Amino acid sequence: MSALTLETVTLRRGPRRVLDDVSVTFAAGRLTAVIGPNGAGKSTMLTVAAGLLSPDSGTVRLGEDLLTALPKQQLAVRRAYLPQRAQVEWPISVERVVALGLLPQLPAFGGLPDAFRPAIDVALDACDLQELRDRKATTLSGGELARAMLARAIVGDPELLIVDEPTADLDPRHGIDAARRLRARADAGRTVIVAIHDLDLALRFADDIVAIRDGKLLAAGSVADVMTEPMLAELFDVRARIIRDADGAAIRFLE
Amino acid sequence: MTRWLIPALLLVLALVSTASLLAGTIWLGPDEIVAGLSDPAPNLTAMLVSEIRLPRLILAILIGAILGLSGAVLQGLLRNPLAEPGLLGVSGGAALGAVIAIYFGFSATFILASPIFALIGGFITAGAALMLSRGGGTLSLILAGSAVSSIAFSLVVLALNLAPNPYAAYEIMTWLMGSLADRSWDHVQLGAPFILIGGFLLLFTGRSLDGLALGEAQAESLGINVGRTRMLALFGTALGVGGATAVSGAIGFVGLVAPHVIRPLVGHRPGGTLVPAAIAGAVLVVTADIATRIIRIGPPINLGVFISVVGTPFFLWLVLHVRKQTA
Repeated sequence: MSALTLETVTLRRGPRRVLDDVSVTFAAGRLTAVIGPNGAGKSTMLTVAAGLLSPDSGTVRLGEDLLTALPKQQLAVRRAYLPQRAQVEWPISVERVVALGLLPQLPAFGGLPDAFRPAIDVALDACDLQELRDRKATTLSGGELARAMLARAIVGDPELLIVDEPTADLDPRHGIDAARRLRARADAGRTVIVAIHDLDLALRFADDIVAIRDGKLLAAGSVADVMTEPMLAELFDVRARIIRDADGAAIRFLE
Repeated sequence: MTRWLIPALLLVLALVSTASLLAGTIWLGPDEIVAGLSDPAPNLTAMLVSEIRLPRLILAILIGAILGLSGAVLQGLLRNPLAEPGLLGVSGGAALGAVIAIYFGFSATFILASPIFALIGGFITAGAALMLSRGGGTLSLILAGSAVSSIAFSLVVLALNLAPNPYAAYEIMTWLMGSLADRSWDHVQLGAPFILIGGFLLLFTGRSLDGLALGEAQAESLGINVGRTRMLALFGTALGVGGATAVSGAIGFVGLVAPHVIRPLVGHRPGGTLVPAAIAGAVLVVTADIATRIIRIGPPINLGVFISVVGTPFFLWLVLHVRKQTA
C-alpha cells in the first residue's frame, strides 16, 4: 500500500495562493484528518490530493507515481474521492449507485458482469445498506445517503480514499458510524484522508492531523503531537482547552 | 423487465412501420404490396411503396430515433429532465438556415437548398452556444443555448414579417410546422449520413452519463472526462438533429418525451435510456406520421404541429410531476 505525498505544492486562484508551498505526507494504513478554519484551503488540498486539480507548482505522488502522469482510468481505480454533500441526481436504486463506483473497472459497453457482484455485496454489508439496496437514492435520509456514497467510494477497494466532510449534516450516531467505517478502511491498510470540522471526532478516530490555515501548513503529525491547546488556539484564533476524562478527550473553545 | 424492453420496443416499431407502408389516402393490403413489388412490370403499387412511403418511413424512423437519443443524452448530460435538442439552439439555427434559403429564393432554384442551409444553420448556432459557454459549466451551456436559440427564432420571425410575398411567408410557415410529406430518396441521402454519424457519437456518451448521475466532481474522480463528454454530446446533437431538422423541418417534443417514457423502465440509469429512447422516438414519429395521413379534418395536419398538439399536455404534466418530485 502506498502513501500520498504533496511536495512544495502551490495553487493560485487569481492573485491569491489557495495552497502555499505545502509539503506533507499522508501515510498508508492511517486515517489523517485535515483541519483548519473556513476558507483555509482544506477542500482545495483534497481535490489536489485526489488529482482532480493540478497544482501550479510542486508535485503530488501516490507511492512512486506522479498523479499527473497516471492515466485517468488507472487513477480512478486506485483512489476514490467523495466531495462535500455528494448527491445523486436521478432516482437510481442504491445498489446501482454503489455499482457506479466500479465504473473505471467496467468494460466500455454492456451491463455489469457477474464477477463484480460480490464486491457490491461486500460494500453494501460494510455500510449496512442491504435492506436499502432497492430503495431509490433520492428518497434516502441524509445519513442513509452518506452511507450509500461511502459504499460507492469503497466498492472498488481503492488504496487511497479521500472524503471531504464525511460527518457534516450527520447526527451524533451517524457521525460516529461514519468515522468508524473510515477507521476500518485505514485499519485494513488503506490511506484515508478526510477534511473534518468535528474536532472531537478527529481527536477520537484519526491517527494523524494536518492543520492548515490561509493555504499554509501549520502543523502535521500524530494526534498527540498536533492536537495541543496552543496549536488549536493559533489555528482557530480562539482559546481552546482539551478536557480529558474516563471517556476520552474533548475540546472546548473559550472566548 | 429491462432485458425485454429493447426487443419489445423493436417489435412495436416493426408493427407501426408495417402499418405506415399500408396506410394513407390509398390503403394497401399486405398481399397487394407483395404482388406489386414482385411484378416485374412497373405498376402504381410498387411505385407508391418504394418511391413514396418507404423513404418517408425511413426518414420518420431516423428522425424519431435521433430526436429521442439526443434528448436522452442531453437530459443525462445536463441532469435536467426538461432538456431537449431545441435547448442548445440546433433547431432554432436549422430553422433560420432554411428560412434564409426560402427568403432569398435559393430553394426555388434548387430543391435541396433549404435542407443544406438548415444543416449549416444548426451547426453555427450549436457552435456559438458551445463557444459562449466555454469554461463555464452545465448551467452556462443551458443559458448560452437558450440565448442563441432565441436570437435565431427572433430572426425567423423577422423574416416572416419582411417576407417579399405571401408565398414566401407561407413556405416559411410550412417549413416551421415540420412535415415528412413529399420527401424522396434524395432527402434520405442528405439526412441519413448526418443522423447516423451523430447518433454513433451520441451512443459513446452512455457510460459517462451514468457517472454524471453523481455530479461532475464525482464523475471526474471516476475517470470520466466531463469536458470531452460535453463536446461529444453537443457535436453529435448538432450533426444528428441538424440533419434531421434539415429534411423534416422543426419537430419538437419527441426529444423531451421519449426519454421520459423510457426512464422508469430502465431504473432511471441515464446511460441505459439511450438506445430504448431512440427506438421509442422512432415509434412516436412513425405513429404520428401515420396519424397525420389518416386524420382528415380540412387540410392535412403537419407532422410537427400534430406532435406539438399531442405533446404539449404531456409537457404540462411533466412540469407538474417534476415539481411534485422536487417539492
